[in-house]
Amino acid sequence: MSAPVLVAGVGVISAIGNNVAESLDALESGRAGMGDMHWLDSIHRNRIPVAEVNLSNDQLSSLTGLDSTITRTALLSMVAAREAIEDAGLINIPRLRTGFISANTVGGMDKSEDFFGDFLPDHAKGKLRDIIHHECGSPTELVADQLGIRDYITTISTACSSSANAIFFGARLIRHNMLDAVIAGGADALTRFTLNGFNTLMILDNEYCKPFDENRKGLNLGEGAGYVVLVSEQVAARLKKKTYCTLSGFSNANDAYHQTASSPEGTGSFLAMKGALAESGLQPADIDYINLHGTGTQNNDISEGTAIRILFDPDYPKMSSTKSFTGHTLGASGGIEAVFSVLALEHGIIYPNLRLLTPMKELPFVPETKFLKNLKLKHVLSNSFGFGGNCTSLIFSKY
Amino acid sequence: MDKLMADLKRQIIAQLNLKDLKPEDIGDDQPLFVEGLGLDSIDALELIVLLQQEYKIKLSNADEGPKVFQSVRSMAEYITAHQAQKK
Amino acid sequence: MQQKIYIRSSENISPQKTFGVESLPSEVVEYVGDRLKCIEPDYNKLIDPKLIRRMSRIIKMGVAAATVCLQKAGIDTPGAIITGTAYGCLEDTEVFLKKMIENREEMLTPTAFIQSTHNTVGAQIALMLKCHQYNNTFVHKGFSFESALLDAILLLEENKMTNVLAGGVDEITDTSHAILTRLGLYKQEQISNRHLLSSGSKGTTAGEGAIFFTLTNQVSENNEAQLNSIQTFYKPGNVSEIEKQIQSFLKENAVDMSRIDLIITGMNGDIKGDEIYNQLNNSLLKNKSQIQYKHLCGEYPTAAAFALWLAGRIIKHQTIPEWFEKNNAHQQPINRVLIYNHYKGTHHSLFLLSAC
Repeated sequence: MSAPVLVAGVGVISAIGNNVAESLDALESGRAGMGDMHWLDSIHRNRIPVAEVNLSNDQLSSLTGLDSTITRTALLSMVAAREAIEDAGLINIPRLRTGFISANTVGGMDKSEDFFGDFLPDHAKGKLRDIIHHECGSPTELVADQLGIRDYITTISTACSSSANAIFFGARLIRHNMLDAVIAGGADALTRFTLNGFNTLMILDNEYCKPFDENRKGLNLGEGAGYVVLVSEQVAARLKKKTYCTLSGFSNANDAYHQTASSPEGTGSFLAMKGALAESGLQPADIDYINLHGTGTQNNDISEGTAIRILFDPDYPKMSSTKSFTGHTLGASGGIEAVFSVLALEHGIIYPNLRLLTPMKELPFVPETKFLKNLKLKHVLSNSFGFGGNCTSLIFSKY
Repeated sequence: MDKLMADLKRQIIAQLNLKDLKPEDIGDDQPLFVEGLGLDSIDALELIVLLQQEYKIKLSNADEGPKVFQSVRSMAEYITAHQAQKK
Repeated sequence: MQQKIYIRSSENISPQKTFGVESLPSEVVEYVGDRLKCIEPDYNKLIDPKLIRRMSRIIKMGVAAATVCLQKAGIDTPGAIITGTAYGCLEDTEVFLKKMIENREEMLTPTAFIQSTHNTVGAQIALMLKCHQYNNTFVHKGFSFESALLDAILLLEENKMTNVLAGGVDEITDTSHAILTRLGLYKQEQISNRHLLSSGSKGTTAGEGAIFFTLTNQVSENNEAQLNSIQTFYKPGNVSEIEKQIQSFLKENAVDMSRIDLIITGMNGDIKGDEIYNQLNNSLLKNKSQIQYKHLCGEYPTAAAFALWLAGRIIKHQTIPEWFEKNNAHQQPINRVLIYNHYKGTHHSLFLLSAC
């Protein structure tokens, strides 16, 4: 059960770019995506910075061919999923058993919260078209239907590790020879529900976030989507383009400490990283770059940092949190960061951890603060740790 | 002060859904967090909103929490001090 | 499947008296109207009181069913915890949304928000058991439970663990019921669930449930049944395609329809949706011994878990209660059971079970 699973295509959309090329440009230029709230209508506008995608629903609709009145989650999902499929050149290969494993945390909540405003005072009110795609499974199906994927579709929701788990599950479906190609990843749109929810937890920074900085104050919420196309070796051989890399390791563990806080020792994080290494047959010293979960909250960064210290001491790979660029895209973060990890391997680059001025006292390592290139990277680890203790780590390796 | 503490006990029970407790079960100086009542960080956030809603006092920094919410008495003292300041 | 997978234990909180019973309930609980509500146990006996205070109904249901399911199997820490839920934690979602709207986004409290995330049931189970193992939650409409089950099967086949806890949970709240009513899902007339499946009118009745299974790849005389195979298919074009799917499913499992002793189907009383089953009853499923279950648990996205629970119990105890109105006499012994369910005509699933 260890046949290679290859990454044949990538697609991404976030506050820093509407596709891979724009994202790479922003990452190299140090151009973060945080700013004032533009699309979301909330009382917190002008109080809390967010990282919104720079396209309206109408613009996303024109780009995707999906209706502009549907949930933004589906619109974002479609952009990235299609980019990944086109990148892989899958369209030209007939009769592949194809799956779509997508993840999100908000589903169609951006529309539902509008519906509820009318529905609550009068149950006969509220536009049904705003509530009909409330379920998490709906954005997945809206996209799968448009893409014509029917063989296997499902949706995962495990908070911030959602799309990493989708990629993990997709890879296993290929290894078990149930599917030939899987488009896996996730999407999430900004909603008042999540913005206010995170605000009640007092873990939002009212300035631009500083992951792994001693004086970090919290996270910035973002939105977007990221997908990888996973294929078996047999399918890879039939594709015109060379594949990027393999998904060589993956692991899912639970912190089982608290509903929202991570354990001080980072048990779940440690187990997820260790498990991914074991799966890939690698040692900690083999990892060239860690794309940190790095949300910028007091709790996550010390927890993740401690787990890294325990696992990697004394040889620490280079690492950075790209959430310093994209914000925390919740259900999309695992997917978006998987794409960034694949691109890091492909181009021999490492992204900077922005706004890190004062290293954390407790940690014997410091994330990279400059963009690095012309590197020979062989293995990249991507972390996604979420509420409910759901921790997942993925390892991408040069093939 | 006694009335404030009695009110606080009722409000804490309601806000945190401590259905099995009665106000008289909570000691004035009993630790609220970790030991004693065994409340956690989520409860602290709930209590921050309680202070705002019932007493119009805003805890700007969650770090102040552990000290303020140490016991019912420390909460009452904090409220009294801040209400005096406002006047 | 490469390995043999068994149902070691199961537990079911449903609108019937299913919780804690050794085999099957001795009677049917009747409901009149368009909503079946779960009969819930005393949670104080099952869940740490310190944790209960934050748990909404669906979380208590899920945690209780999972806890007892594991106890029955004599397992302290499962190899993995996998949950399927289409709607997630509706009550908490509604509470937070309502407050957010009423208070215009000010003075909100975190508890309802953190409990509203779809992975809360799975996370709470892990928290209670201090279980650091694999933990996943599937949230895909009428495939939520089936996906969870598939993930569990794959883990066992990968030999990474010897047992996995997998379940399906969904609730119906006043709000969701009102919305789904507006979407035309339910019966307009007052009808008893006993007569649901012969109602001949539009709509079904709302249901809910929390049903968990311990799956294992280890042989044991305590196992309920063998889970031979599961399959899902999405938006088939017509009944002919459904027939082909069923036939190829059986062929892949080297089983002929003649060797299936009992069929369980997901008829739900909606005249339009049940048309598929009626057509199959005149073709592939003709003359087969068949029972239904949605008049017992109602219709909801993870209702197939009820069918799986039913099949496991029937195989284990080799009995079908008298109160099941069967089409055709059933074979004895009941060695092979086929479950076919569809959700809204778009999400179709097949399960094959056999005696150990």
